[in-house]
Amino acid sequence: MLSVRAVRHLRDFTLDVTLSVRQGETLVLIGENGAGKSTVLNLISGILTPDAGEIALGERTLYSSEERIDVPAESRKIGHLFQSYALFPHMTVFENVAFGLRCRKVPRPEIASSVANQLAAMNLADLSDVNVGRLSGGQRQRVALARALVLDPDILLLDEPLAAVDMRAQGAMRKELHDRIRNAGIPCIVVTHNLGDALELGNRICLIEEGRVVADGAPEEVLSMRDNGFIASFAGPGPHNGLMPRAPITGHCGGPPDSWPL
Amino acid sequence: MDSTPFRQSPEVTRREGGLARVSRAGLTPLVAALVALFLLFVTLPVASLFLRISPEAFLRSLAEPVVLDALSLSLVTAAVSTAIVVIFGTPLALVNARHDYRGRAIVDTLTDLPIVLPPAVAGIALLMAFGRRGVVGQYLDHFGISIAFTTVAVILAQVFVASPFYIRQARASFEAVDRLYEDAARTLGASPATVALRVTIPLAWGGLVSGAILSFARALGEFGATIMFAGNFQGRTQTMPLAIYTTMQGDLDAAISLAIILVAISFGVIASVKIMTRRRL
Repeated sequence: MLSVRAVRHLRDFTLDVTLSVRQGETLVLIGENGAGKSTVLNLISGILTPDAGEIALGERTLYSSEERIDVPAESRKIGHLFQSYALFPHMTVFENVAFGLRCRKVPRPEIASSVANQLAAMNLADLSDVNVGRLSGGQRQRVALARALVLDPDILLLDEPLAAVDMRAQGAMRKELHDRIRNAGIPCIVVTHNLGDALELGNRICLIEEGRVVADGAPEEVLSMRDNGFIASFAGPGPHNGLMPRAPITGHCGGPPDSWPL
Repeated sequence: MDSTPFRQSPEVTRREGGLARVSRAGLTPLVAALVALFLLFVTLPVASLFLRISPEAFLRSLAEPVVLDALSLSLVTAAVSTAIVVIFGTPLALVNARHDYRGRAIVDTLTDLPIVLPPAVAGIALLMAFGRRGVVGQYLDHFGISIAFTTVAVILAQVFVASPFYIRQARASFEAVDRLYEDAARTLGASPATVALRVTIPLAWGGLVSGAILSFARALGEFGATIMFAGNFQGRTQTMPLAIYTTMQGDLDAAISLAIILVAISFGVIASVKIMTRRRL
């Protein structure tokens, strides 16, 4: 269970969000580019510090402006996947996944077996010794996911997880990502500006505009907000616009969600 | 006023086109001549060194004590001063590349100062600080420590003049590392020290090495500050540039031999820096 109340002054507006994620739930933050979605993830994982507020993960207070608590990013036990995946370019797939375990001073044989298991689970076993520069978008995403999951994080933050995967593979990747998130069994926040991703991946959707949560609810509820400009831009005026709550997910369906500019 | 100020008659454009073509055709040989003349100006003196001495004379002077002493002293002091520059300069460059703090601009200016400071000024400044009656030197003198006119002074003079070459390059290389990798490393549990050692420094490695090589080359060539602050004693403070200056007055072959060694090292430096910086891309 994660609860966030955070205020941070950004260049163009003040980010002021309150949200929570229950155990096993996947929350999708959706909104236009520059709405502050990624900033919310950075505040949660500790890369950025709020100006005020409180962030708690389970029993642990990660940040509290009142109690003057600010747990550094390295001690938060949060898996954070960046939009470009940020794989270390000077390391192999194995070294990337082993990085966090080495930081925790895990004994060498244990690292070897944990990493091998994680790579096998992600269908990456063959690529163990490959330099990450030679991977495809989908492979990179799986390495980034493996690198985060091998550390057993308490929550997973995914920033535009499908943006760096090429268009043709996106449908399949979305399905795969959905399964992996469910299998990991940990709460998850996904940032996207693609409504198709939001509907496929999320149990709950938060619509963020200019740093504020303007809607928070089940996918169907948020989707029914036709008076909202962002939702309407996907949906169009009529009820039969080809945008069902469970949009087709296999392959590139060519519907409005996928045509949203990346 | 004329309502059509931009008259675009066909003749005008054709004539301008023709003019540009003519001047471009005339420019090419002119530029080529300038380039050729300049390259000749740079290479001719270097080539003259090799033309003025026979291979036998070169090998013979390599055995002379004054040459051997200067060579070993230069290599040792330049290596030590480069190591000192790297040890002190790396954290400084990393902090200045990554953190904004009050006075950063002043720190940057001070670290750059030795580049523009004439070596003679550096020499007398070091003497005023660490000489026997210098600002710091007078206290060291109480403990029987004297720095001026020793090998330590050679190293200090080299550190002083060579440090900006490494620090500038290191800072630029650190700035070129995408912060995203550092952020990712932190969320994976890396402390700031681990981030620096396992992510930032490895990613900036090519730039750091080429900066260290440039700094080594500058230390190797240091003359002005050394001769003023450390003196010119064979085997103790007489580095290669000083030995060239000294032997030139008597044994020209020795001077040329030393110069040829320095030319070879310089070529090695340029080549290795080029290779290092290309690999970074």
